Amino acid sequence: MQHRVIDATDVVIRFAGDSGDGMQLTGTLFANLSAVYGNGLSTFPDYPAEIRAPKGTVAGVSGFQVHIGRHKVNTPGDFCDMLVAMNPAALKANAKWLKRNATVLVNEDAFDDSGLDKAGFKGNPFEELHIEDRNIIVAPITKLTEASLKDSGLDLPSIHKCKNMFTLGMACFIYNRPLDYVYTYLEGRFRKKHPEMIEPNRKVVQDGFNYAANIQAVADTYSVTPDIEEKGLYRNITGNQALAWGLMAASEKSGRSLFCGSYPITPATAILEELAIYKNLGVKTMQTEDEIAGICCAIGASFAGSLAVTTTSGPGLSLKSEALGLAVMTELPLVVVDVQRAGPCTGMPTKTEQTDLNEALYGRNGESPLVVVAAHSPAHCFDAAFTASKIALEHMTPVLLLSEGFLGNGSEPWKIPYMDDYPEIKPRLAVADGAKFQPYRRDPETLARQWAPAGTPGLEHRVGGLEKTHEGVLSTDPDNHALMVEERAEKVARVAADIPDLVVDGPESGDVLLAGWGGTLGHILTAQQELAAEGKTVSRIHFDFISPLPSNTREVFSRFRRIVVCELNNGQFAGYLRTKFPEFDYISCTKVQGQVFLVKDILEAVNKEMSQE
Amino acid sequence: MANYTFKDFKSDQEIRWCPGCGDFSVLAALQRTLPRVCEEKGIEKDKIVVVSGIGCSSRLPYYMDTYGFHSIHGRATAIATGIKVANPELSVWQVSGDGDALAIGGNHFIHAIRRNIDINLMLFNNRIYGMTKGQYSPTSRLGTVTKTSPYGTVESPFNPGSLVLGAKGTFFARSIDTELALNQEIMLAASRHAGTSVMEFLTNCMIFNNGSHAEISDKAVKADRTIVLRDGEKMIFGRNHDKGIALDGWKLKVVTLGEDGVTEDDILTHDSHSDNLGLQTMLAEMKWPEFPVALGVIRQVPAPTYDSEVARQVDEVKSKARIHSMEELLHSGSTWELK
Repeated sequence: MQHRVIDATDVVIRFAGDSGDGMQLTGTLFANLSAVYGNGLSTFPDYPAEIRAPKGTVAGVSGFQVHIGRHKVNTPGDFCDMLVAMNPAALKANAKWLKRNATVLVNEDAFDDSGLDKAGFKGNPFEELHIEDRNIIVAPITKLTEASLKDSGLDLPSIHKCKNMFTLGMACFIYNRPLDYVYTYLEGRFRKKHPEMIEPNRKVVQDGFNYAANIQAVADTYSVTPDIEEKGLYRNITGNQALAWGLMAASEKSGRSLFCGSYPITPATAILEELAIYKNLGVKTMQTEDEIAGICCAIGASFAGSLAVTTTSGPGLSLKSEALGLAVMTELPLVVVDVQRAGPCTGMPTKTEQTDLNEALYGRNGESPLVVVAAHSPAHCFDAAFTASKIALEHMTPVLLLSEGFLGNGSEPWKIPYMDDYPEIKPRLAVADGAKFQPYRRDPETLARQWAPAGTPGLEHRVGGLEKTHEGVLSTDPDNHALMVEERAEKVARVAADIPDLVVDGPESGDVLLAGWGGTLGHILTAQQELAAEGKTVSRIHFDFISPLPSNTREVFSRFRRIVVCELNNGQFAGYLRTKFPEFDYISCTKVQGQVFLVKDILEAVNKEMSQE
Repeated sequence: MANYTFKDFKSDQEIRWCPGCGDFSVLAALQRTLPRVCEEKGIEKDKIVVVSGIGCSSRLPYYMDTYGFHSIHGRATAIATGIKVANPELSVWQVSGDGDALAIGGNHFIHAIRRNIDINLMLFNNRIYGMTKGQYSPTSRLGTVTKTSPYGTVESPFNPGSLVLGAKGTFFARSIDTELALNQEIMLAASRHAGTSVMEFLTNCMIFNNGSHAEISDKAVKADRTIVLRDGEKMIFGRNHDKGIALDGWKLKVVTLGEDGVTEDDILTHDSHSDNLGLQTMLAEMKWPEFPVALGVIRQVPAPTYDSEVARQVDEVKSKARIHSMEELLHSGSTWELK
C-alpha cells in the first residue's frame, strides 16, 4: 500500500515493556542506527532497579526514550511522538508522556485479561487512560513473531525473545530507517557463540518491517533527514563510557598509568566495567571488597605514582568521606567520580538527580576543601574526566567529578576528537637534589606540593592523616594548623587560574540569566531557544566548574537583574551561590522527582518570573 | 647497591610510645631485618614502604626512614593493597593493631588474605585499645574488664591465626614482642614469601593491659608454655625438652617423652610448607593451659599473588591487542563520517 511520508524536524520515540522484553536493546539499536544514519540524537533509559520485577506489573516497566533530529538535539525530549508498549503495564506507565497526536504501538497478545488485570485495568485501557483518540496500532506481535520463526527450529521461549526485533522492524518502517545497521549488529553479536541466532533475528526484523508496510493502521511514515552542520567522523557514546575514556586519555597524556579501585554501584558500575577492558592501555582495575577499600586502594596507588580514580554513586560517596579527607590531608592527586542518583540513602538507584552537590562540597569533617567539577552531557563526560585528572595531577588535590545517571546511561553522537588537540598534563613530580625532601613545601604560584611516588630514589618521606608542617613533621602547633588550613583552601581557590571563564550564551547583560550546572544543560538550552521563538530573550550560562567557580562569575552575575538557577535538587547550587555572592537575586527552578527536567518546567519558571515585573 | 645497617632505617623523629611498650622491640626487629631484605631482593631502601592505620602501633612509619603512609583507622590493608598493585616492585610492610586490623578493618584484612596480595602484614596484638586509653578489643579475652566493659566483656575474642587460616591464608607466623631474634627470622620469612604474610606479634601494653601475655612469656614459664615451630624439627618443648605435640585421632595432644612408651617417633615434625591447613589450624589454635602457644612460621605455602596476576593480565592483553593508544581506540569500532 502507499504511505504518505511526512518530513519531520525531530521525533521522540519511547520503547517500553517488561524488564525482560528487551526494550533497552531495542531502543539502543534504534538510537545507534539513527546515529549512523546521521541524525542528531539523545537517549534516556528509564528502567526499574529490579532485574526482573514481577512480570506484567507497572513496577516492572522498563523504558528507553530516543530523540532523533535533523540537527543536533539537546534533550531526550519531554513528550513522545510514538510509544511502543509491549504490555498493558507499559502503556499505563507511559501514557502521560504521549503528545496529542502521538502514535501508540501495542502488542495485542499481551493485552489479554491477565495482562490487563496485572496492570490494574478494568475495561478498555485506552479509554481508561483517555488516549483513545491517538493513532493506535494494535499488532499481535507475539503471534506474528511465532509465525515468522515457526520453521526456524528454535524453541518457543527463544522465539518469544525475538519479539523485540519484530517491534524494531516495525519502528524502522514507520520512521524510514535503513536496516543495514541492525544486520551488522546481529552479525557481531552472534557470530562467535550463537551463529544460529543471526538468521532468525534478521528474519524477524525484516518481517516486522514488512508487516508495518502492509497494514492499514500505518497510514503515515516519517522521515527525519539528517542535516548535521558539523562534518567529521562520529561515534555514539554513553556518558559512562566517555568518562572512562577521558580518564584513559588523561593517563596517556600525563604518562601516569591509570588505576581504578571501585565497588559496583548503580549507575556508576559501567565505568569500572569499561576500564576493566583496557588492560592493553595499561589500565589496572580493582573490584574491591567495599566502597572504602575502593578509594583507599586508589589513594595507595596515588602514593605509588598512578593516576588514581575511584568511581561511585551517592551512598558510596558517603562511605568514602573519611578517605576523601585523607586525600585532602595528604594532598595526593585523586579523581573521585560520583554518578548521582536519587537519594537519600539507597533512594531510587536507577533514577537521576543532582542531589549530591552539597555532599561533594561539604561532606567531610574539618576544613576540607577540594575541587568539584561537573559533566554536562554524555559526550562531555570525556572532557570532564580529562580535566578533572589534569587538575588533580597538576594541583595535587582530590577532584570530585559529578556525573548523573541521566548522563552516564544516556548517549549521543560524538565527533571524535584528536588527542593532539588536548593539552599536556604535567604532574608535579619531585626530583631528588640531595636535600631532605619536604613533602608539604609548596609551589609559590599554585601552592601545590610536590609528588614523590614511593620508589623514587632519594625522596623517602612520610605522609598521613595527621596535621604536619611543611617539612612533614607531625605538629599540633596552633599557628601551623591555621596556616596549613589556609594554604589547603587557597590551593583549591587558585585552581580558578586554570579554568575557563564563563561564556554567556545570548546578550551579555539584561534582565534574566538562566544558570545551570551538570546534565541540565540540554534542557536549559532548549528552553532558552523556545523562549526566543516566543520573542523572549534570556541569557544563559552553564557551570562545568563548581569549586572553585570561574573567576568571572561575580562580574557576569552583576550584569543581570535576576538569576534563575535550574537544578535537579532542592536548590543546593543556588544556596552555594548565595553564600559566595550574597549580593545577587537568585530564583530557584528545581525538581526532585528522580527525573530530568521537562523543557516546559523551565519555561514555566521563567515565564512566571518574567510576568512578575 | 647500598650496604645498609639498621641505622639507615631509623628516622629523625622522636619515638612517642610509652616507656616499656612492646612496640619498641618489634620496631627494632624490623629495622634490623630490612638491610637483609634489601640485600636479598637487590633493592635500595626507597623501594620499602611502611603503611599503617590508626592506633599506637600505627605510629611506626614515622620512626622509619623509608616511604611511609600513616593512613586512617582500619584502612591500612586497602592502602597497602593499592600501593602494591600500582607498583609490584615495592616491598610493602603494613603495621596494624588488633583494633585496626580485626575490628574496623576486619573486612579489608580477610579480603587481602583471600586475594593473596603480596604484602607483609605485622599485626601488633596487645588485646586492648591503647590510644583511646583502655577499651576492650576484638582479641580481648572473654570477661575482660575495661572502661567499656566494667562488668567484663560478653563476647568471644578472635584468634588472628584462625581468621587467617580460615580465609585460606598462605602465610601465618606468631611471635612475642621481646623475641628479637625470632621476630627477625619471621620477618625475613615473610619478606621471602610471595603473598599476604600475616605476622602476629603478641605485644605488651604497659599502661592499659600490662602483662597481656605474661602468662606465656614470663621467663620462668615461657619454655613450658610456648613452642617455637621450625621446619623439619620435632615439635618438642619444655624446659627439659621432654614434652611434645602428637596426634590423638583427629586432635592434638601434649605428650611427655618416656611416659606411656612415648618416643620421639610419636612426636609431630613441623612442615610449614605443606598445604596441611587442618593441622596448621590446630597448631595456630593451641592455647595455654591445655597446650603451649605456637610461635614461629606456622604456615607458608605457595600460591599466585593478586598483584602479579594483575600485572600478568596487563602484559598478556597488551601483547595480543591491536589497540595501543587512545587515538587508535577513538577511531576503532562503529564510527561514521558526516560529509
